[in-house]
Amino acid sequence: MTKSSNKIDSQNLNVDVHYLTRVEGHGNIVVDVKEGKLAKCEFQVIESPRFFESMLVGRSIWEAQHLTSRICGICACGHTLASIKAAEDALGVKPSAEVVMLRKLLLYTEMLDSHILHIYILVAPDLLGVKSIVPLIKTHRPVIEMALRMKRMSDYGAEVLAGRHIHPISYVIGGLTQLPSREGLEKLHTLMLESRKDGEATVKIIKTLKFPQFQRPTQYMSLTSDDEYAMYDGDLMVNGEKSKVRDYRKLFMESVVDYSKAKISKINGKSYAVGSLSRFNNNFNKLHKKAKAVAAELGLKAPCYNPYLNTAAQLVEWVHCLEESITILEKILKDGLKEEGVVVASWPKRSEVGKIKYKPNTGTGCVEVPRGSLFHEYTIDDSAHITAANCVIPTNQNIGNLEDDMRKLVPELLGKKTQEEITLDLEMLARSYDPCISCATHLLDVSFV
Amino acid sequence: MKKQSKPKVAFFDFTDCEGCQLQFANMGNTFLELTELVDIVSFREVMSENGQDYDVAIVEGSITTDNDVARIKKIREKAKILVAFGSCATIAGVNGIKNRSPLELAKQRVYGDKAGLINTIKAMPLDAVVKVDYYILNCPPYIPEIIAVLKAILLGKPYPLPNYAVCVECKMNENVCRYEKDQECMGPVTRAGCNSWCINNGNRCYGCRGLVEKPASDAAKDILQKYGLKVEDILNSFTLYNDSMGEKYDQEFK
Repeated sequence: MTKSSNKIDSQNLNVDVHYLTRVEGHGNIVVDVKEGKLAKCEFQVIESPRFFESMLVGRSIWEAQHLTSRICGICACGHTLASIKAAEDALGVKPSAEVVMLRKLLLYTEMLDSHILHIYILVAPDLLGVKSIVPLIKTHRPVIEMALRMKRMSDYGAEVLAGRHIHPISYVIGGLTQLPSREGLEKLHTLMLESRKDGEATVKIIKTLKFPQFQRPTQYMSLTSDDEYAMYDGDLMVNGEKSKVRDYRKLFMESVVDYSKAKISKINGKSYAVGSLSRFNNNFNKLHKKAKAVAAELGLKAPCYNPYLNTAAQLVEWVHCLEESITILEKILKDGLKEEGVVVASWPKRSEVGKIKYKPNTGTGCVEVPRGSLFHEYTIDDSAHITAANCVIPTNQNIGNLEDDMRKLVPELLGKKTQEEITLDLEMLARSYDPCISCATHLLDVSFV
Repeated sequence: MKKQSKPKVAFFDFTDCEGCQLQFANMGNTFLELTELVDIVSFREVMSENGQDYDVAIVEGSITTDNDVARIKKIREKAKILVAFGSCATIAGVNGIKNRSPLELAKQRVYGDKAGLINTIKAMPLDAVVKVDYYILNCPPYIPEIIAVLKAILLGKPYPLPNYAVCVECKMNENVCRYEKDQECMGPVTRAGCNSWCINNGNRCYGCRGLVEKPASDAAKDILQKYGLKVEDILNSFTLYNDSMGEKYDQEFK
């Protein structure tokens, strides 16, 4: 636990946040300043590793998305989609346009869900000076009910589309195991239209909250596309330059550090950020006009160099995803879905298992999940069993950037704020990245630098 | 449970995806109602308070390190009631797959020559280490079942887990049998209680709730014979959620 100190000491500081709260997974913040010098500045991931890349070896590619959705309870849909894309890339399967549309809808639905969870349940208590949402249930009941209603809307979307949000059921290689019901899609459409006013109210609330002032330009990576605000597909973009997703290993480099179970990831030898703010900075022009209007209302301009404003970028994306989802739903409700273009079996027929020879291959899949670009990569043998697997998680990629932010921030605060205040600012900084630590302990196979 | 004071509830997580806890947030207004019936004193994922005085510990995740063993024992000492929450906590879940290859190999595959930095032991369900009072199965837990177990706890009654197969619920839901669609399915040997969630959505049962206590071995053998399945064909299905399942299956069916 942190030590209380009212006397402001500009020469010495010792922050030791053991088990950062209101994040997913287990992480520590350790900062040491001795005689005015920053001796230690670490974000330590201490989660027990789960060895997903090892678990996948020897298993059928058709099982991959079922297994890897279990990497994360919050971005289970994103893991499912990155996994399916990687498997399809390895198998040479091309989904229909309708399937791609339904996948985007699921991805937006999860983005809506996660962003609201982060804005209201994980970040808002800091900005309102309380320790959690629980006291807010009494003091801000209508707002909490609204937040839960917004979350319930997106959860309902995942239920209609995929059977459930946490570890979706019906999204598989090639398509869906069953069509979402028309009745469910109609109800979702109604809920989404109603959610617009909750979104407007949320913008008004976030506008009144004061985010810490801090600036540090860094490299921002995300998917990018000429056609749309890229989330499901596209090329990788960093520093204005594009690369193909399958070349991701050439783009960034990961290394193991002794104090953490997660690796530090770098581009051109420097840390970089992924997530809402990166997507906002790279793809601002492709945002829905309503989302652009919200950015203007919040005073958020691209490029934005304040990592605390990732939360504001999440709200802008929430509006974008809601509007895009409504557009997709209206198209589906007008045109209908063709069962033969969508519905596939979750596995090859039992009588075919083991009889078909596949081309040994490696496939890569990337989607934007709430916290940034998520990569899955599988290598399969001629029976379509996995022989090697990589999962690169956004939080992992952000950790180096978070530490560099802390290295710049701590000296700026020394002598101006108490230890308690600095500790809270550091916790808030970490939380602004929305770190998903239980995901972050599943690492790429190691390439040391 | 004393009626005059609200029970204090604490949530704890071990090695897992934290999706189980998230199901509480996904309950919506039911979660608000729950906060009126109990005092939540510790819930790291959503609050900074860390109350150490609690009656009910709701614990998710598997035990996978020596530290986990010590920590779950401490939690057990303090809690009057300990609830194992979700597949990782109840049957080791997908974490158990790790146990099927040597730990050193798993470490090396993921961490390369830094494998030595990693402290890990065999993945275990909670009841391999401490006594568990209530079980909430499923990956992720099924919200109606979570509510049923919480009601039982608040009323001080036991919650008997169903000891029949998912097929029973699946038939009542009038699904076409996966075997009839030339697919395999874990339904015949998996403990019911999820209302055949996955099959209702066009997929198959993957066995996330663990085996029924006494699988109907003869009936299951008939199915295997009728559809020409070999044990080896589907052993991976049996090991997806519980590393001990494979051995148990071998004993029952070989």
